[in-house]
Amino acid sequence: MADSAVPAHGAGGDEPTRRDFIYIATGAVGAVGAAALVWPFISQMSPASDTLALASSEYDLSQVPEGQQVVIFWRKKPVFIRHRTAAEIAAAKADDKAPLRDPQTDDERVVQANGQPGKSQYLIVEASCTHFGCVPTFGGGSFGGWLCACHGSVYDTAARIRSGPAPINLVAPPYVYSSDTVVKIG
Amino acid sequence: MSGPSTYDPKTGIERWLDQRLPIVRMMHDSFVDYPTPRNLNYFWTFGAILMLCLVTQIVTGIVLAMHYTPSIAEAFNSIQRLKRDVPFGWLIQNIHATGASMFFLAVYIHMFRGLYYGSYKAPREVLWILGVVIYLLMMATAFLGYVLPWGQMSFWGATVITNFFSAIPVVGEPVKEWLMGGFAIDNPTLNRFFSLHYLMPFVIFGVVILHVWALHVSGQNNPDGIEVKDKADTVAFTPYATIKDLFAAVLFMLMFATFVFFLPDALGHPDNYIPADPLKTPPHIVPEWYLLPFYAILRAIDFAVGPISAKLGGLILMVGAIAVLVVLPWLDTSKVRSMRYRPVARWFFLIFVVVCLVLGWCGAQSPDKIVAQPGEFRIDATYRPASGAEQTLAATGHTLEEAEKAFDKQRLAAVDGAGPGTLDKTVLTPFQFKVTQLSQILTLYYFAFFLLILPILGLRETPNRVPETIAKAIGAKRAAANKGA
Repeated sequence: MADSAVPAHGAGGDEPTRRDFIYIATGAVGAVGAAALVWPFISQMSPASDTLALASSEYDLSQVPEGQQVVIFWRKKPVFIRHRTAAEIAAAKADDKAPLRDPQTDDERVVQANGQPGKSQYLIVEASCTHFGCVPTFGGGSFGGWLCACHGSVYDTAARIRSGPAPINLVAPPYVYSSDTVVKIG
Repeated sequence: MSGPSTYDPKTGIERWLDQRLPIVRMMHDSFVDYPTPRNLNYFWTFGAILMLCLVTQIVTGIVLAMHYTPSIAEAFNSIQRLKRDVPFGWLIQNIHATGASMFFLAVYIHMFRGLYYGSYKAPREVLWILGVVIYLLMMATAFLGYVLPWGQMSFWGATVITNFFSAIPVVGEPVKEWLMGGFAIDNPTLNRFFSLHYLMPFVIFGVVILHVWALHVSGQNNPDGIEVKDKADTVAFTPYATIKDLFAAVLFMLMFATFVFFLPDALGHPDNYIPADPLKTPPHIVPEWYLLPFYAILRAIDFAVGPISAKLGGLILMVGAIAVLVVLPWLDTSKVRSMRYRPVARWFFLIFVVVCLVLGWCGAQSPDKIVAQPGEFRIDATYRPASGAEQTLAATGHTLEEAEKAFDKQRLAAVDGAGPGTLDKTVLTPFQFKVTQLSQILTLYYFAFFLLILPILGLRETPNRVPETIAKAIGAKRAAANKGA
């Protein structure tokens, strides 16, 4: 061993050899190459360009009479646009300081995406229960707002979670008022 | 386990092939001359029945794919066309849809058998874990397949299950969108689910081969849980096990056929005959029966624990309910394999089976359903008429409506007698035991069985005397039977 010209791999101390270096370098390049090849196969499952292109919708709010709501699609997800009555707004504002699971004031619930205050009478939220995504029904539950029949989550007139298993309030999509009556969601 | 090969190629062609690819030898050693314990009961026929189920699903599935269109515009209609217009389409579709239920029925019997007779214990840990992997793959396949007909339950089931992922902190939402290929369940989701649903059975097939391989290395467990010691303990696979498996499979197929021909929709949900509507959630979403116990565990958690929300907590327990099976071989500390010789563990096992069944029932109910209500609703009030003495009113009823009705009668009588006045009213709600609370207790037992009872009982329990060999166990049984006769 001692007089062999080329030291055997791993023998005679732990000095790394040129061969060790080449092994590790080759392995590293191979691993990076494999990871680079895997990425397209993972990424292809993400939302495609045409899906992302649907990312904004405009809606004329004058079509919704007071005390009524419409459900429109934004990114293929249903969205509630509710024209709230004065009584509903008052009920929501009265509960601003009540113990809430996901505390938000009524004004924060209608704020525009650019930070400007929104319109209190129009509540725009995704029609998808934050528990497991069912569409809640208006008029159910004991807070005058929505009830999700799937697992019994109850939302108030500002679509804030009040009881049941859902963790947060109904999510408000980002929107801005492009004119006095037209809202652009997304 | 299997000794030296006894395959003896008779013809020249067999010898020629045997020297190049000894596949006939492998099949002969695995399924003809393979020694099986001679005390196996009918619970051991479910392996063969499950193989039959897998082949049935693959064959019918390939046919279904010839007629199915994975597009949200066409999916529902293509299944209806298959059922109504395609020759024998109704039959093949019924076999495939019912077959999923039959597959799970068989796998549950197979799994409970493994639990009772200790088939997960050394040296069969890997065999057991491969089984758990197959079970997980089956659940994924069944879920993906259930989405394909694109009915209301398909759509909303898929919505609820993909929303499970949103419970994961930080990465949840992006992972969910990645799985759906969009922001909601849509055409890209349906397409990929179809592709994966076609792939999964072949993955299952691959793991089944590993499962059978592991079985043939460690050998079959048996109802007495005693390792095979010599030839007196075994019989040849063919004809003994082959014929027994075949007989059991025929009985199983009789039941299978009863569902296919007479009750094809009994195990499904009528809402799935309504085309998917992303704007309208059905009033009551339930998964297929075979997933109900896990659904009950998911919903049992309706409270947050520190930073873990109810949603995440439920998800963790649901995943944990299956994950605990993976570590089961190391949780059960008992040296005795079969519960036949474990007088105490046997009873805990029986309770466990009942708990699983009742959890299934809970999963199908509305979480607010009242299971028991020992007391009654009570309304107490003080009526102060404008003139005269104040009166005390009280009414009870089994429901709030009944109590209100009874109370209203008294109130009207008081108003009639003493004239108008003011009312001071309190409503007492009795203790109500709801499905959610029942599910919580059952979930507690489910986990306690694996994490407390089996580890502790293995150390404390005094097992019955286990016979030394299978032959002796059979001898003792025969002697007892003769004495009885």
